[in-house]
Amino acid sequence: MSRMLVETPGLFTTVQDLGRPGFGPLGVSASGAADSVAMRLGNLLLNNLPSAAAIEMTLTGGVYSFPDGADLALTGANFAPTLDGSPVERWQVIHASPGQTLRLNGTRDGARCYLSVAGGFLVNSFLGSASTHFLSGLGGLEGRALKRGDVLEIGVSDTPVRRSRIRPDALRQLQPQKLLRVTEGPQSDWFSEDTRAAFYHAKYSVTEEANRMGLRLEGPPVPVSANCTMVTEGAPLGAVQVPESGQPLILFVEQQTTGGYPKIANVITADMGSVGQLRPRDEVQFEWVSFEVARALLLKQEQLLSASDLLEEMA
Amino acid sequence: MRDPSAANVRLVRASDQSLLIGFGDNISVEHHLRVQSLLRLLEQQPIPGVRNLHPAYSSLLLVFDGLHLDHAELEMRLSGYLARLETLATAPQRKIEIPVCYDRDFGVDCEEVAAIRSLTPQQVIAMHCSREYMVYFLGFAPGFAYLGDLPAELDVPRLQTPRRTVPRGSVAIAGRQTAVYPLSTPGGWRILGRTPLAMFTPEPDGASLLRMGDRVRFVPISREQCDELEQA
Repeated sequence: MSRMLVETPGLFTTVQDLGRPGFGPLGVSASGAADSVAMRLGNLLLNNLPSAAAIEMTLTGGVYSFPDGADLALTGANFAPTLDGSPVERWQVIHASPGQTLRLNGTRDGARCYLSVAGGFLVNSFLGSASTHFLSGLGGLEGRALKRGDVLEIGVSDTPVRRSRIRPDALRQLQPQKLLRVTEGPQSDWFSEDTRAAFYHAKYSVTEEANRMGLRLEGPPVPVSANCTMVTEGAPLGAVQVPESGQPLILFVEQQTTGGYPKIANVITADMGSVGQLRPRDEVQFEWVSFEVARALLLKQEQLLSASDLLEEMA
Repeated sequence: MRDPSAANVRLVRASDQSLLIGFGDNISVEHHLRVQSLLRLLEQQPIPGVRNLHPAYSSLLLVFDGLHLDHAELEMRLSGYLARLETLATAPQRKIEIPVCYDRDFGVDCEEVAAIRSLTPQQVIAMHCSREYMVYFLGFAPGFAYLGDLPAELDVPRLQTPRRTVPRGSVAIAGRQTAVYPLSTPGGWRILGRTPLAMFTPEPDGASLLRMGDRVRFVPISREQCDELEQA
């Protein structure tokens, strides 16, 4: 069995996969990778199953060594990675020889970088998924962020890994954006015309309170019209809730399954990966689209991700 | 599409991959029984492409896979389910007793609740155990059951600043609701006591002591009984 040693874990590093949908009635949200597009690309490069578990690093990377060697890939934000001191590229297969050490620094652009290995990381599954549910301390490695000295087991890869990379033009089309497309929220009509216009016109900055549960934004307040009282209801991923302060909050992957605040809009599924790459102080803007456009964008993204020529061989 | 055969049902497209089914704009047992019936029906006869269900007081959110299903088709498929709701027998009610130690060491907010409502701590405890509650739904964290309705005399707001960690098993109140924290999590409800029962067992596949629709009663126990049960 191959292993990876955590020499230093970075700010907040957890084991993630595509999550555990289906347990809403138990009060358990789906969780899973914050940027599932980036994580899927890592597994594709390594010929892993889409459900293979990877490491999600947040804002800073960490140092990881491979005593038995490994084929790996780095996808998502640029944490200026090096292997035994030599710079390595993201979005392609990297071969680490036994004893080599991977070092990732602070982020140069987005919020999250994924480290995938051929065979995936093996942890006990909770409700069918390896994803860490940090709030409740379940899933992943003992339900917590990685720490110095942790040892992660790597699964056996039964298909050969070819030296390949993601085709650059496909990658460009899958890049995260700061313009978030949204559809109507269930309570959109609780907000006045002027308030809604302000919401779509303004730039909002991401506050320090941005994590896997949700991202608090700061900008022009968009309060609901008076006399609207909400009964707590099921809340979808990406819901843009507006609490009393009038400052919007995006519900994210480790969200509560229900919410008691009115929702002015909802980030479209195709843009959820972009949300996962937002850092504190980043500025975002919202753009309204119809449900039809949202669906078309999701289909287009899926076509890119499943295209037979997504990967190209490297010399 | 609004189905005429299902009166008082509101279908709202909540996001590109979800549909909210609302049975009313207030918290009532009648609305909630319809939520329970629909949830049960969808669990027994799943609609292909529906990936998750988020029940709440008077509504049910259906999360679907947008690659394989769209709103119009889901609304059409749902009409058959909604038409059958009224004819369904309600699920048998389970009655569950939860032993609670209201000792001061555990019920750290009891005195403040008493002060806010001009009651004695003993009155707060007596009122909290005075009635049977219904599990409206589970949310917030694995196995966290929203129980109602708390006596109006105990209606207090949440803490201004939530605690970083509420100990596992804490029995707490907020508004007209009460709940047990199944795991150590952050939380802003006011804590009255602690139960030694395991509310949520993660291994192997996640079992919650409480389910939607259960009727729950809190039974006061002594510190000694609590310690004994905790070790059992």
